[in-house]
Amino acid sequence: MIMLDESFRFTPHLILEFKIEEKDFFIAGESASRVKKTLQQLGMKQEIIKKAAIIIYEAAMNVAIHANYGMLKVYIDAEVISIITEDVGPGIPDIELAMKEGYSTASHEIREMGFGAGMGLPNIKNCSDELDIKSNVGEGTTLKARIYLK
Amino acid sequence: MTGYFHSVTLDFEKCKGCTNCIKRCPMEAIRVHDGKATIMQERCIDCGECIRACPNHAKVVVTDTLDILNEYKYRIALPAPSFFAQFKEMGNVECILHALLNIGFDDVFEVALAAEIVGFIIHQYLKDERVKKPLFSSACPAVLRLMQIKYPDLLEQVAPVLTPMEVAARVAKEEAVKKTGLSYEDIGAFFISPCPAKVTEMRNPMNTKHSAVNGVMGVNIIYKDVVKQVLMLKAKKQDDDVKLHRATSLGMAWGYVTGESKNVDVNTTLAVSGIHNVMSLLEEIERGELKDVDFIELQACTGGCVGGPLNIHNLFVGRVRLRELIKKCGLQPPYYTAEKLYDFYKTGHFEATEPIQPKTVMHLDDDMSQAILKMERLDQITNELPGLDCGACGSPSCRALAEDIIRGIAFETDCVIKLREKVKGLAEEILDLARIVPPVMADTSKKTEEK
Repeated sequence: MIMLDESFRFTPHLILEFKIEEKDFFIAGESASRVKKTLQQLGMKQEIIKKAAIIIYEAAMNVAIHANYGMLKVYIDAEVISIITEDVGPGIPDIELAMKEGYSTASHEIREMGFGAGMGLPNIKNCSDELDIKSNVGEGTTLKARIYLK
Repeated sequence: MTGYFHSVTLDFEKCKGCTNCIKRCPMEAIRVHDGKATIMQERCIDCGECIRACPNHAKVVVTDTLDILNEYKYRIALPAPSFFAQFKEMGNVECILHALLNIGFDDVFEVALAAEIVGFIIHQYLKDERVKKPLFSSACPAVLRLMQIKYPDLLEQVAPVLTPMEVAARVAKEEAVKKTGLSYEDIGAFFISPCPAKVTEMRNPMNTKHSAVNGVMGVNIIYKDVVKQVLMLKAKKQDDDVKLHRATSLGMAWGYVTGESKNVDVNTTLAVSGIHNVMSLLEEIERGELKDVDFIELQACTGGCVGGPLNIHNLFVGRVRLRELIKKCGLQPPYYTAEKLYDFYKTGHFEATEPIQPKTVMHLDDDMSQAILKMERLDQITNELPGLDCGACGSPSCRALAEDIIRGIAFETDCVIKLREKVKGLAEEILDLARIVPPVMADTSKKTEEK
């Protein structure tokens, strides 16, 4: 379970959750679009919306490609957007290496489908103000990205 | 006229209050309240989907009529390329152009010819390495209005070039000034349009301050008159001395989807038509896909302009006719030399002068915290609604109804299922009350048993 930050409890906030199954390549796009629409309705700045959509898409895609299954959760309040994915899967042995552009462990099959170019994590990093990845090999990975609105 | 003008409006008498249009509108801009449809002006992009969906033909397009010609001394018709696809006896563009002169115009200028200029300019523009790819066509105003509201991020990638309609009006008027010696103001240019969004575009242009077009009339308005003249001219079989047809196959092909991409002629192009297809593609591009594509042509109508709601014939029929016509045009040498086209590009006359502005019409509240609270409530209401998306409440989906409730323009009991639940609860309560018998009247034999 992901614990809510203290601040979330007292300020108006929204939580959006999406289940991600293995090789469900559609949910990444769908959830990015859903969150995008929500952020537009909240009146967020366009650059923020764009960043959030990219992080969500790439992070959810990572779960669909590499993990067995997982969850995507998006927390929104007037100050910050937190995007969190939690998965059960092989984990990332060397996070630093995984952050390098072009590095990918995606299978041949996945690459054939046009994914797994090794740009996912670097893209997420470029779009987030704070990024925290924790991974246990053989168990799974938790990714936490934050975008500050002010 | 106050505020923002739209060409797509409702014929109040004809609207039967069915819900066909609300489900088809890509912007969720229509509601049926009090038995009649209403279009939310700020959301409408004039794409024409509701015109196609309405079985009662209650969605009408307000365009100019031939009466407007009286306001000018010299009148030029600007027929869209797709206009030529509306005639059975194909292969005679010349004849159709002369027919336009017979119904009251003094001159014609094919928008297809202007399209060739625009195609050339975009081609040149794309040679600059610094241009952010993919570059979008600026020709379809409904797509641009969609981008203003839903994909404002991508607006900077729209080609900063005027539309063929606009270029046609400007070139035609300059030619006319030289030819007639009249002043610019005495000359009127009138677009013959398959498209409601072009009417709106003329009144509220997006990428230029003032439109040079003086009026837009729907194909449907002049069609009958033109057909009559075409038949008459054919019967006469006279060879006209004045040659009016100047466009080549390149410009004529702008009438259907892919034509523009062929004209722009760069390495990688993509052409997509149909507003819902356009939306799903823009979602992808917004996430950073397709950076390797140079030019993207997007058309709100399926099939491109031949699919325009003001056209007379079925879009596929129109397309095959236009194609046949284009084969014949191919034989004609281009009117403008490469040097002349390069001149047009260099002078920058046809560059957009105004940036296309994003529009925020979807947001729930100006204050972010308030908006979040409203959104929370919106989610809650959505979950309580049946999720049938039946449209019987007058909103296009359960979520849209929840949004309308939040915005204060609808009530939860507008939902027939919710109302039914409420009635059921009430009925049960009444029945329960009815079963209670005053003690003085109690039927002792039954009541004591129940206890």
